[in-house]
Amino acid sequence: MSSATERPIVVGSKNFTEGRLLGELLAQRLEAEGFAVERRLGLGGTLICYQALTSGEIDLYVEYTGTLREAILPPGQAPGVAGLRAPLGALGLELLSPLGFNNTYALALAGPQARALEVTRISQLAAHPVLRAAFSHEFLDRRDGWRALKARYGLPQSAVGIDNALAYQSLEKGQLDLTDANSTDGELLRFDLRVLDDDLGFFPEYQAVPLVRSDFPAEARAALALLGGRLTEDAMRRLNAAVAVQGASFAAVAADYLRGEGLGPVPQAGVEPVAQGGWLSPRGARIVLRTREHLQLTGLALLGACLLGIPLAMLVHRRRRLARAVLYLAGLAQTIPSLALLALMIPLLGIGAAPAIVALLIYAVLPILRNTLTALLGVDPTLRRVALAMGLTPWQQLRYLVLPLALPTILAGVRTATVISLGAATLAAFVGAGGLGEPIVTGISLNNTALILEGALPAAALALLAEWCFEALEARLVAAPLRRDPLAP
Amino acid sequence: MPAIAFHGVEKRYGDALVLRELSLSLPAGQTSAIVGPSGGGKSTLLQLINGVLKPSQGRLEVFGAPLPDDLPAFRRRIGYAVQGSALFPHLTVWDNVTLLARLEGWAPARQRARFEALRELMQLPLDVAERYPHTLSGGQQQRVGLCRAMMLSPPLLLLDEPFSALDPLTRDDLQAHFERLAAAEPVTVVLVTHDRQEALRLAQHLVVLEAGRVVQVGSPAELAAAPATAFVQELVRGGGP
Repeated sequence: MSSATERPIVVGSKNFTEGRLLGELLAQRLEAEGFAVERRLGLGGTLICYQALTSGEIDLYVEYTGTLREAILPPGQAPGVAGLRAPLGALGLELLSPLGFNNTYALALAGPQARALEVTRISQLAAHPVLRAAFSHEFLDRRDGWRALKARYGLPQSAVGIDNALAYQSLEKGQLDLTDANSTDGELLRFDLRVLDDDLGFFPEYQAVPLVRSDFPAEARAALALLGGRLTEDAMRRLNAAVAVQGASFAAVAADYLRGEGLGPVPQAGVEPVAQGGWLSPRGARIVLRTREHLQLTGLALLGACLLGIPLAMLVHRRRRLARAVLYLAGLAQTIPSLALLALMIPLLGIGAAPAIVALLIYAVLPILRNTLTALLGVDPTLRRVALAMGLTPWQQLRYLVLPLALPTILAGVRTATVISLGAATLAAFVGAGGLGEPIVTGISLNNTALILEGALPAAALALLAEWCFEALEARLVAAPLRRDPLAP
Repeated sequence: MPAIAFHGVEKRYGDALVLRELSLSLPAGQTSAIVGPSGGGKSTLLQLINGVLKPSQGRLEVFGAPLPDDLPAFRRRIGYAVQGSALFPHLTVWDNVTLLARLEGWAPARQRARFEALRELMQLPLDVAERYPHTLSGGQQQRVGLCRAMMLSPPLLLLDEPFSALDPLTRDDLQAHFERLAAAEPVTVVLVTHDRQEALRLAQHLVVLEAGRVVQVGSPAELAAAPATAFVQELVRGGGP
């Protein structure tokens, strides 16, 4: 078999069940052939994965042909996988063999209604305007989504937006009749749902295909070629259900599948962090590790935001127009959506902790900057004049007058920034930086409440702890006459 | 030798000429009062002396020399007190008064001795050292302000309306305290005030400033003998006791 290359092959994936599972499948397949593999699974969506691939942070991930057409390439490409090869080649990218299934959009109707109304095809929905419909926000928005479907089939229903995971639960409780689904979704096996036939062939193809850069090594291509065309829609739905419904790990499900197909041997592999403390349960050790990562991300980001925000405020606060411009700029940065910000930074910083820390820093700097400016501008000009006239040097004026007076307001800004950062640090999971967002994001995609809480509870505890720390810090650092806690008894 | 000498000093802010053709000597060891209607440039004149403001034209000499480059060290030889005391609210009275002495590296015993002497002179309560300014009365705060200004025993003291904005009784009390201080310490004082009685009571030397121009200089008796303007006449003869 092929020897390990100098550098491990980095496998990426998007952050939903099927994406992760396929990433794990590719990784184990490569490991079975003796390649060293690094996993970067659960990256935050198409934009992040695509940026990570083109900037060389990952070497491959599984993409869908429909997504390539809709979200990455300019419109009007020739049909089929073949039609995508030329435009991708121009970008230095290649598709390997399609895995076999087509995970397209589908409409799912609640079982009882489907049986009572005898509906099996989308076109039959036109006769039943009373059916209550709710769709994922993406499906409501997309060019190939609800509006086009409604027009094509002449459907009378109107629809609202809802999260996919919530939609299934609402369907089961009879609060909802119709929603969009992915045709390979494992949840379809858990609930009493009927997937309707797309009898007019409206939905485009979403073939799952590994996407690589053109420099992807030939031996690795050969190892992955064996996966081509094997996975039917039915098989994929079962694999997804094994994770999402039965609660098996991605690694175990992928290993079982490869063994069943004779594509092993499979060395033991796993994405879960290895347990460390001997006296801790694996879950406890995982929480400790995630919490530590979370604190590192937040701490570094806050440190950077303080080192940037406070001196910057000091520098510009004497110049009103400049101060205003800096504030506007910081406010503007705050409005960049987090995923877009992360995607923008991948070409510069790669994936992992660095882009997460910088993104957090950008969000944390505004409250610090704003409060520091407010505090500095709020120092009584008479006191400043007296400090100058007394013979204090500029540094001494800062040290003995301005900073002590500004401190309570600056601290309040850092406190706000801390709480914001502790919450926002969950987005680090989207770029593979770990932290408490990891179990939360995975838990949401698996509809697994225990896993969500495994991230959310420690995050809430950290936020509380931070509040206490700041109260203690304020009591220590701020002179008594300046301490005016409005919540004090 | 005069403590302070202005030679053809002019000060303008943009187009506004605040002080013009100012040539003036202030005698050492006395209290000079700068008086005149508000907006006449009194505070500006004071802030030229300690280099907080720079003259637009002309030059001035303090202690017989032009202002040096090391302004912080120069300013430490000049006490400064303003209306409302402007004590630092986050520091105790002790820290307010002794801040400069600590920065100058005074030994703790020397700091304590000087603080005690001033506290007694200003008749402040025994426990005043560890109290914060906001727990003191307005008059006490103003006296602490004078202690701070005098801590390093400066040869020159600048006072910018320090006794305004106080009720008449407190003002009278403070003026008495100032007189004790001026008698006890060998210090040249420049007092900016718009209060004629205060000027006549505390100063041996008067400078009358009207619309940025010096209209008359001299002792109260000299001004009374030949008042140069209606304002001076009002100042030295005006109603009251």
